[in-house]
Amino acid sequence: MPKAHVYKRDHVNTDEIIPARYLNTDNEAELATHCMEDLDVDFVKKTQAGDIIVAGEDFGCGSSREHAVWAIRGAKVQTVIAKTFARIFYRNSIDCGFYLIELPDVFEKIKDGDELEIDYKKGLIKNLTSGNDISFNPLPNFALEIIADGGLLNHISKK
Amino acid sequence: MAMTITEKILARAAGKDKVRAGDLIDANIDIVMCHDVTTPPAISMLKEKGIDKVFDPEKIVVTPDHFQPAKDIKSAELHKRLDTWAKEKKIKHYYKLGRAGVCHALLPEQGHIRPGEVIVGGDSHTCTYGAFGAFSTGIGSTDLAAAIATGQLWFKVPESIKFVLNGKLGKGVYSKDVILAVIARISTDGAIYKAMEFVGETLADMSMEARMTITNMAIEAGGKNGIIGFDDVTKAYLDEHLTDKKDYTVFESDADAEYESVEEFDCSKIEPMVALPHLPSGGVAIGECQGMEMDQAYIGSCTNGRIEDLRIAANIIKGKEVAIRTLIIPATPVIWKQAKDEGLFDIFYDAGCVISAPTCGACLGGFMGILAAGEKCVSTTNRNFVGRMGSPKSEVYLASPATAAASAVEGKLTDCRKYI
Repeated sequence: MPKAHVYKRDHVNTDEIIPARYLNTDNEAELATHCMEDLDVDFVKKTQAGDIIVAGEDFGCGSSREHAVWAIRGAKVQTVIAKTFARIFYRNSIDCGFYLIELPDVFEKIKDGDELEIDYKKGLIKNLTSGNDISFNPLPNFALEIIADGGLLNHISKK
Repeated sequence: MAMTITEKILARAAGKDKVRAGDLIDANIDIVMCHDVTTPPAISMLKEKGIDKVFDPEKIVVTPDHFQPAKDIKSAELHKRLDTWAKEKKIKHYYKLGRAGVCHALLPEQGHIRPGEVIVGGDSHTCTYGAFGAFSTGIGSTDLAAAIATGQLWFKVPESIKFVLNGKLGKGVYSKDVILAVIARISTDGAIYKAMEFVGETLADMSMEARMTITNMAIEAGGKNGIIGFDDVTKAYLDEHLTDKKDYTVFESDADAEYESVEEFDCSKIEPMVALPHLPSGGVAIGECQGMEMDQAYIGSCTNGRIEDLRIAANIIKGKEVAIRTLIIPATPVIWKQAKDEGLFDIFYDAGCVISAPTCGACLGGFMGILAAGEKCVSTTNRNFVGRMGSPKSEVYLASPATAAASAVEGKLTDCRKYI
């Protein structure tokens, strides 16, 4: 069952998500092996396919490197739940067809290691550990359309 | 309907009479900036999707900068992909090694930035160009691919925050200190998704180089764009630098335009600032941190690697010896030559500094001045995140070229005013 990895931090930045010393490649599998390395050196080791990153405000601030999204996606993380997201990271995620969840009181509702089941269509997170249902606002429609098309390039090719 | 300068530029780009904050628009892009880290993946994406076209080979500006000259085999491969593509697509403004430079210093210098235009680039500090009264913002590789292919991108029109900068800067205080003070007040997400519009008499006395330092760091407050209106200083710079296309449209905010908020600063009270690790919002006056020992000083980058910055640093370093490793990185070949011709290299050489080719280098922990665990660097760059310039256990202290130079001389954070 997908587990939450909670970082009780604001401003988790792109240098922590994927340090620039690894930006000499854009290979997603290779980037994934360094995902979150400067924040939590054990992240990749302890993360299983489908797990979820949870953090505070301004997640993904800093560089425009889409490598940050690719590293997270490459590490098979299914989504990031944060209080807020930095603008370029948010936009890059939508462009890549990678869903993000904004949740203002995230730290009250999700603890490290909680098992979560997410229904993206209904906007509902089932916290199987605490037994609580957590509703969230889905992404705006234009973003959902881009994600449904599998990212921005597919979306514009269709137009 | 009253509009801000940002709204007016985006309205023009969307072919509309008016837009308001919150509107979703498709904007025509005037210039797309491409460098060696984010563009190769964009090229690969386009190839993979079978999208072969480039919207306009004259409106795409390509310069490798982050890892140039290539620092290792992998970055050489990135450069090769960029080079093959730029030649194949007959990109008119392709700056190869020897002419390439740190993108945000290079594009204005080479006359690619015009007021009223929409500029996007695969780099978060693309907001720099807003100093010219343009809308300019950083994007990732997928957006870059879309912009390269179609010349259009979707935008949500941002709300604007007005920053009123009043008062004359004191001795030893520069635009870098002003922007560090702004970010210290509003935090690294204080302008998230917003346009940061800078106005006020303090700007009138600043060169374009100094203004670019301010808009460069809009992203460090989470801003979508930073913008400064057109004036005589802008015009004089453009008269000197525009070559290709010399016409442009000047927009200005209406007096009754709507702002989400207004922040006023008495800049005469700002002191030399240092942003302590590990956020650009960690700015404090030099008095609160002076004396802290440093291992390295780094003077360069898209924030402070321009000729004016090198002159300020040289004036302080002249006739002295630096106490710590000191790297001087002129941001473009033109700046490099200017610094050489003005005799600044002699000053730096005599003081024991090292002078490099133009590159983003160690600003982002790429190469040319990487920090070991436990080391501290006073740097004229824009970010001091964990691991930004090397080991995750190193520390970066952001400051003006004057503060970095004075600190280089003493080997510890130093009030530059004693050397001015």
